[in-house]
Amino acid sequence: MPREGEVRIPSGCAISGIFSRDRSLVNGSVIAKSISVMHERSNGLGGGFAGYGIYPQYKDHYAIHVFYDNLQSREETERFLDRHFDIINLSKIPTRPNPRIKDAPLIWRYFVTPLPHRLSDSHLDEDEYTARCMIRINNTIGGSFVFSCGKDMGVFKAVGYPEDVADFYRLEEYDGYAWTAHGRYPTNTPGWWGGAHPFALLDLSVVHNGEISSYDANRRAVEMYGYSCNLLTDTEVITYILDYLKRKQHLSLKECANVIASPFWSTIELKDDDEKERLSYLRKMFPSFLITGPFSILVGFNGGMMALNDRLKLRSLVAAEKGRKVYFASEEAAIRVIEPELDRIWAPRGGEPVIVTLDKEVRR
Amino acid sequence: MLEVDVKNMRQEDIAALIREADGEPLTLKSCMGQRYIGCGMKNVNLTLTGTPGNALGAYLDGGTIRVKGNAQDAVADTMNNGKMYIDGSAGDALGYAMRGGKIFIHGNAGYRAGVHMKAYGDIQPVIVIGGTAGSFLGEYLAGGTIIVLGLNREKEPITGFFCGNGMYSGRIYLRTDEKPVGLSEKLLMRKIDDEEKKSVIAPYIEEFSKEFREDYKKCMDGTFIVIEPNPKNSYKELYAAVS
Repeated sequence: MPREGEVRIPSGCAISGIFSRDRSLVNGSVIAKSISVMHERSNGLGGGFAGYGIYPQYKDHYAIHVFYDNLQSREETERFLDRHFDIINLSKIPTRPNPRIKDAPLIWRYFVTPLPHRLSDSHLDEDEYTARCMIRINNTIGGSFVFSCGKDMGVFKAVGYPEDVADFYRLEEYDGYAWTAHGRYPTNTPGWWGGAHPFALLDLSVVHNGEISSYDANRRAVEMYGYSCNLLTDTEVITYILDYLKRKQHLSLKECANVIASPFWSTIELKDDDEKERLSYLRKMFPSFLITGPFSILVGFNGGMMALNDRLKLRSLVAAEKGRKVYFASEEAAIRVIEPELDRIWAPRGGEPVIVTLDKEVRR
Repeated sequence: MLEVDVKNMRQEDIAALIREADGEPLTLKSCMGQRYIGCGMKNVNLTLTGTPGNALGAYLDGGTIRVKGNAQDAVADTMNNGKMYIDGSAGDALGYAMRGGKIFIHGNAGYRAGVHMKAYGDIQPVIVIGGTAGSFLGEYLAGGTIIVLGLNREKEPITGFFCGNGMYSGRIYLRTDEKPVGLSEKLLMRKIDDEEKKSVIAPYIEEFSKEFREDYKKCMDGTFIVIEPNPKNSYKELYAAVS
């Protein structure tokens, strides 16, 4: 089967997200119901979910989700993991047969913690240590693909419609305080398991509707900082850019949004002096991370979620609130189906991020 | 009047229902994102509740569609004739390339409302938006009338960036005395007098206020500005020299 980058297929996508500010748990079946309303925005070539707060029993361990093409890639990866991490638990990720989910790879999950002496010898913090190890697996071990490696969160994705992917992964067996979902309609590529959304590095995950016209410029820039874009899918580069800006450059999420969806110079001109200086600084400091072309994205991370449109709002995005819950989706119907009565519903403006975080009392 | 709960129905089956009603009043309850409702139809009398999906009334060629709630994206794409009343807000790309008929939105419209709307002879499309409109309102407008009332807004501007960019015919009326941000030099903006208010926009605003039970006087109150292309500064050489 041809992989990403070898075939070009013309045309949408669907995204949906739920966030409980009070950390109240939402069952995985709820987000599956939401995304399934937008069935027609995808074409069965990719669906996926990211859940946060789903592994409370292992919340201090990195949850590594891996696709393997064969037993050999699994053995090699496990040897690598053994050398670098203390593996607390390992198992196949529970799935159930679904007639529309085909060609499944071997799907394994490991709860790990970096080996203390390796970590201290590396002079890295544990996030950077873990991220580098995961990038190394994806780069060097053929047939192995780590698609999720955060703490107390996990990505579940496959080739198929999102509702079938949810059924396949038995998503109703997970409860989380935040969920994102994606239904894929690949625009440039044939769609494979690794190319489904969400894309994640550590706890940061991205689901994306759109097509980045600045992909290659962004890729070249981010690869200078040790990342490796080996999925040839534009969303991957957004994940790494956000990881770089947020985790390594310590930018706030609003600043990250101002970099990747920077206002036009003509718009910056209209701002007051302080804002003009701030926005100009970010545009000049990180010009290679400006993302052009249409996009609406949901960014999940431990304790929060951000929704962002490109500055021209070339993809749809609706936000809504009900009590302490916040909803995002490509279409209003996908929110109404799980919460018919809303306190507030609105369409965020292009380039203006909506950022939600856990209430102070429930942060950990 | 026939009423059907369509929550779990597929769009094909909804279309069959509408065809079967053949112009008789039909209420479709609890719409849940089904697309293309009333698409290309000539003879419809629909009332919708819930949230109808994208491309509602696309290519509509006559009749009436009422929505008791919000509509999503691409409402009335290339609409040719008929009327649509949305008692809520509409998403992006409302009335894209609309050629005829009238659209009334009680609430807000998203980005790109009325892009490349056009008119011919006495076929003059009209969009009336009660709340605010997003950026690119009436971009490349080629004919027809867009009216934005900005009712019940607080600090937010009546429209966003790039209002009327590239328009070469038609008119955009805004109930405000403020110039839209960054209005193109290719466009003229003027305050309208009572005569123009009365003869041009009053009938549409009357229909709007009647349909949505808004106070007509409140809707007409205050200054209206109109944005029109500047005949002396046209777009003909915007992108390249034209010989």
